[in-house]
Amino acid sequence: MNNMTGFAYLAAGLAAGLAVIGAGYGIGKLAAAAMEASGRQPEAQGGIRVSMIIAAALIEGVTLFAEVIAILMALK
Amino acid sequence: MFGSTLIDSAGSRVASAANVVADTARALAGGSSGASGGNWIIEHVSDAHVIDLEPFGQIHLPQFSPIHFAGLTIDMSITKHIVMLWIAAILLFIVMRIVARSYRRSLVPGKFSGAIEMTILFVRDEVVLPAIGEKGRKLLPYFLTLFFLILFANLFGLLPYASTPTGNINVTASLAVIAFLVIQVSGMVQYGPIGYFKGLVPPHIPIFVVPIMIVVEALGLFTKPFALCVRLFANMIAGHIVIFSLIGLIFVFGSIFIAPVSIAFALFIELLEIMIAAIQAYIFTTLTALFVGMAIHQEH
Repeated sequence: MNNMTGFAYLAAGLAAGLAVIGAGYGIGKLAAAAMEASGRQPEAQGGIRVSMIIAAALIEGVTLFAEVIAILMALK
Repeated sequence: MFGSTLIDSAGSRVASAANVVADTARALAGGSSGASGGNWIIEHVSDAHVIDLEPFGQIHLPQFSPIHFAGLTIDMSITKHIVMLWIAAILLFIVMRIVARSYRRSLVPGKFSGAIEMTILFVRDEVVLPAIGEKGRKLLPYFLTLFFLILFANLFGLLPYASTPTGNINVTASLAVIAFLVIQVSGMVQYGPIGYFKGLVPPHIPIFVVPIMIVVEALGLFTKPFALCVRLFANMIAGHIVIFSLIGLIFVFGSIFIAPVSIAFALFIELLEIMIAAIQAYIFTTLTALFVGMAIHQEH
């Protein structure tokens, strides 16, 4: 274990945290838009809920790319 | 300081996972307890040649020597994830046989068969037919198998002594390859092999955009199944790593008083995992149906 190991772990943690900021912000905006649309038109709630879940899973998929890279960084 | 407040305010389970993994690895790297640090988590999550039934001993799985052909080395030994995948597949087959047989006996199904029928109708009416149209009926067996296999395989990882088959990137990669083949073949059956590739580029665009569009669409053919693969794998692995990290906190702190808190958090994450398992199965099926629909109806 050389001197740079602490920095490498710090970098991995920072990478994970930064990736999650983007996901949290994006999914937050998505949920806000979904709530507003449900409020405007309560009959469409089923379709809005389905679209919201699909979009949230897609955004989270991108985040998890970054998480996998962070875990790989922490392991090397 | 600034970084840690940012991470705290993000507050997502996956940020804590990577941090805790790094912490656990660093703290236990000196080898204070039996297994060392981050390796303990990675050992439990990845594939192995033995099935560990902890207090009862281990089952050693047959290990075949690697086969060399065409410059590749393929190791065909049976490992833990393969056995779990087979058990999940056999369980799926048995459950579906029971459901099908209960329909032969009487016209009105029992409660369990009714629940499975509801799920099948949900996949057919909400996922496959809206995305593909009437041609989806021919592909319906594939989508139903895909949905239920991923659902069973994901949920399998939550049982004691079992591990998640879809937590292995090879399993999700093969599912993605099969999905890729289904998408391309259904597009080619509809439009002919040359017509399908010609139809990838939208018709009415300026001539200087066409080369870029060709590259973008061709890459898009490959990135979409790749994203399916990595999304499913990462979701499953992230959940398990968080649970292992929370339990590993007990070893990091070395005291028994952290145990109730740690187990409570791990239980909460486990319940979240059940929801994530079902959602990921649904997402994989929905996106594959969407891509097949896009391949069959190429009018933008």
